[in-house]
Amino acid sequence: MTILIKLFMAFFKIGAFSFGGGYAMLPLMKETVIDIHNWLTNAKFIDVLAIAEMTPGPVSINMATFLGYRVSGLLGSMVATFAVILPSFVVISIIFHFVNKFKDSPYTDYFFKGIRPIVLGLIASAAVSVAVDAYIDVKSVIISIFIFYLVTFKKFNPILAIVLAGLIGVILY
Amino acid sequence: MLFDMFKTFFKVGAFTIGGGYAMIPIIQKELVDKKKWVKEDEFIDAIAIAQGSPGAIAINISIYLGYRLKGLKGALVSCLGTALPSFLIILLVATVFFQFRDNPIIEQMFLGIRPAVVALIASAVYKLIKTSQLTNIRLLLAVVTTLIIIFTDISPIYLILIGGIFAILYYGKRDERRE
Repeated sequence: MTILIKLFMAFFKIGAFSFGGGYAMLPLMKETVIDIHNWLTNAKFIDVLAIAEMTPGPVSINMATFLGYRVSGLLGSMVATFAVILPSFVVISIIFHFVNKFKDSPYTDYFFKGIRPIVLGLIASAAVSVAVDAYIDVKSVIISIFIFYLVTFKKFNPILAIVLAGLIGVILY
Repeated sequence: MLFDMFKTFFKVGAFTIGGGYAMIPIIQKELVDKKKWVKEDEFIDAIAIAQGSPGAIAINISIYLGYRLKGLKGALVSCLGTALPSFLIILLVATVFFQFRDNPIIEQMFLGIRPAVVALIASAVYKLIKTSQLTNIRLLLAVVTTLIIIFTDISPIYLILIGGIFAILYYGKRDERRE
């Protein structure tokens, strides 16, 4: 029982203090999992991270499920996953009600008008940061251009595009 | 509707590969283009809120849009839909396929998928710029934001807040002048 409480507390904290999504929570997760609780060694942590990155879904959820399972089986994985999501749920609930309450205020409208270009910039920067790892040679750049063309101008479904790109990867490499 | 939402977000969760922003084009296609559940502007607002809140961006977006569409029930269903594929796949990996990391075919697949993720995100940005008909100044703001994020360590949350507060002051002043 105590181990489940520890898991809950650890992943609640990780969920609550990881702003900015995915990779922002890594330092905190590393400290909690390796230094505080000794649930994994550093090398094993890197292995688990690689798996969390390779499997679909948010990295933080993947890490929580995996570590929860290793520490305390199926129940552990459920507790850790629930705990890492809970802070998001609470915070988003509060924001939603707040936005809803003030949605007719012109200031809410102004605020969102002001942040839209910023958000576009953020998304564009995400593309750049993935590109740094993804563009390893000419082939990868060509794959990228090809997929961009299909999805943007041919209305190709993004999910099919990912599957197709995986196949192309196996064929080309 | 709830089951439809669950299915849609399950797809989103299952194909979010390569970091939070990979799901943006998928949500855009499923919720904005196909089902027309949310407008492009609302979608951008949801991204801002998801980015400014703690936790995984995909989860945050699904909770927020879930609320928008069907209240608390919608939020719970969307959140579950997004998290479930991860949970199931990871359990499978943890119990059966721990070795799969060393499989060369998986590695090759990822060499193809990573550049595709770049393309998907770029395509989402392209579509958002086209549909939101940004003025030159706003487009410039977007470009400056991109550069700031790439070249400095300033947190995106601050940029979002600065953008929002600046807009309130600017448009508020404009209103005063009109009155």
